[in-house]
Amino acid sequence: MITDPTGPSSGTRERTVHSGADSNGAAAGSPGPPVTQPPHAAPRRRRRRAHTPLDPRPSIPLTLVTGLVLVYTLLPLAWLVINATKDQEDLLDSFGLWLGEDFQLWDNISRTLTYDDGAFVRWTLNTLLYVAAGAGGATLLAVLGGYALAVYEFPGRRAVFAVVIGAVAVPGTALAVPTFLMFSGMGLANTPWAVIIPSLVSPFGLYLMWVFTAQAVPSELLEAARIDGAGELRIFFRIALPLLVPGTVTVLLFSMVATWNNYFLPLIMIKDPDWYPLTLGLNAWSAQARTAGGEPVFDLIITGSLLTIAPIVVVFLLLQRYWQSGLAAGSVKE
Amino acid sequence: MSLLPAPAKAVPPSRSRARARRSALVGWGFAGPFAAVFALVFLAPIGYAFQLSLMRDRLIGGTSFVGADNYLRALGDARFWEGSVRVGLFLLVQVPVMLGIALLVALAIDSGRLYGKAFFRVAVFLPYAVPAVVASLMWGFIYGTRFGLVGNLNDAFGLALPDPLSPSLVLASIGNVVTWEFVGYNTLIFYAALKVVPRSLYEAAAIDGAGEWRVVTAIKLPAIRSAVVIAIIFSIIGSFQLFNEPNIMQNLAPNAITTDYTPNLYTYSLAFSGQQHNYAATIAIVMGVFTAVIAYAVQLRGMRKG
Repeated sequence: MITDPTGPSSGTRERTVHSGADSNGAAAGSPGPPVTQPPHAAPRRRRRRAHTPLDPRPSIPLTLVTGLVLVYTLLPLAWLVINATKDQEDLLDSFGLWLGEDFQLWDNISRTLTYDDGAFVRWTLNTLLYVAAGAGGATLLAVLGGYALAVYEFPGRRAVFAVVIGAVAVPGTALAVPTFLMFSGMGLANTPWAVIIPSLVSPFGLYLMWVFTAQAVPSELLEAARIDGAGELRIFFRIALPLLVPGTVTVLLFSMVATWNNYFLPLIMIKDPDWYPLTLGLNAWSAQARTAGGEPVFDLIITGSLLTIAPIVVVFLLLQRYWQSGLAAGSVKE
Repeated sequence: MSLLPAPAKAVPPSRSRARARRSALVGWGFAGPFAAVFALVFLAPIGYAFQLSLMRDRLIGGTSFVGADNYLRALGDARFWEGSVRVGLFLLVQVPVMLGIALLVALAIDSGRLYGKAFFRVAVFLPYAVPAVVASLMWGFIYGTRFGLVGNLNDAFGLALPDPLSPSLVLASIGNVVTWEFVGYNTLIFYAALKVVPRSLYEAAAIDGAGEWRVVTAIKLPAIRSAVVIAIIFSIIGSFQLFNEPNIMQNLAPNAITTDYTPNLYTYSLAFSGQQHNYAATIAIVMGVFTAVIAYAVQLRGMRKG
């Protein structure tokens, strides 16, 4: 279970902290021999060594069987990439997993970007705004809060933990209707603030930063700085923050994916298409085919989907090693 | 091992008290921004929802206090119950399938017996980066009998595969989308838990002559028990909140996915199409309590056995 970092030592937490350190340390990634050796080179070198249960021989049948799951996860993405190269006619006529007659990808992209007076570009900029303000702000608040909980004794500290962990279990959608009504009352509904403000709170991020700070910032270091007369803010920025970079990147990454992919919150809050994020925009195009007289733009939806996931997939691949520590520490779905 | 700095010893009492005051002040200074926004977007809406659920809003007569009336109405509301039973069914099938696959893949990666282990880890997790909107649209197209893969297969092999978006199959089709989105996420959760099992245990097991399967059942599965319990709890919460996928696929299967298909869709349509804010808040609270109780029961059970 998610354990209270202030509580007595427990097995779960030690594992959690340990694994966080593992993936954030210098040896980020998998320990042991490199796993990406070409298969044809590996067996010869390895045959001379005895295979123990700790260093087993790679198995072709197991790789093939597990590979079925990869086919499952990658096939739809392959379908998306392939079909982004087709025009509407080819979409209907050609086989889904093979190219159509014309290679239309560039044309599709330019039409996606210009359709409906460049709505897609507008939605992309909105999404960037929501991600920058929402995920950036969420990370900032989580780092400050996690640092406070790990470093300072203050009344109510345990209550903060209990309330925040309890809140994780509250279904987010249960809050949506009352949050919307509150925000309408405050005149915030249908403005970017209605999407940004709720995105600022990441209970998971707070928890992660708490555990991470307790582990990465030695109290002796802070004590030494205090004796030298450094102020608390200066200590935070000059000493603690540099040590917290790996945890901060992890929280930022999770928050970015969450805000980039957010659908429910903007669906409720935003009525004006000018403030749509990409997710709402794509859904609006999809709904258009259903309305009488609406133009079905399946080719644009498919190309737009590809353009929507491309940046996040790139970020995701570049910052891969940071995922592991977050997953190990929190196991919170968002 | 304590994660928190030990309180400084041998400090004169007066200085210590001043320090504690200062520590409290600075601590709240750092935690304040989070706490303030948290109160605004978590605590206030919960309180407000509860207040709404006790009221009724009429065109004539305005807002009046009605006590538990809304709750009684929810308990007798067939549309609400049908949706709840549907997500319950979804939960019973989709969650075990998804977590079962995730567990097997995690064990396979952890066994060290795969070629291209690093590639497996990345590729299986990739769908997590794909928004629910794109996942639902993409799968929705693939399901299509007109220009999707299902249609292609029918044409190519003269098959008559059933329409995955028909009323009888659409729940399974949604389950497949959700499984696709989160199977890799859960795989990596399990894998992360497996990776920190002390390797000395495996050495000891090898010396005792334990086979690989025995190592899995006797060491690995018990070691990642808490990770499995967490995954189950969050999958339960996710299932009860089922909204995005059916909401998006409604455009593709308007006849199969009704506005009260899941309790959350029902809440949404009550609040935003029907303007029944009080009753919508009530349903949301009932679902929230329901979810919390089941999640808590799973946690207790998971802990007891462990």
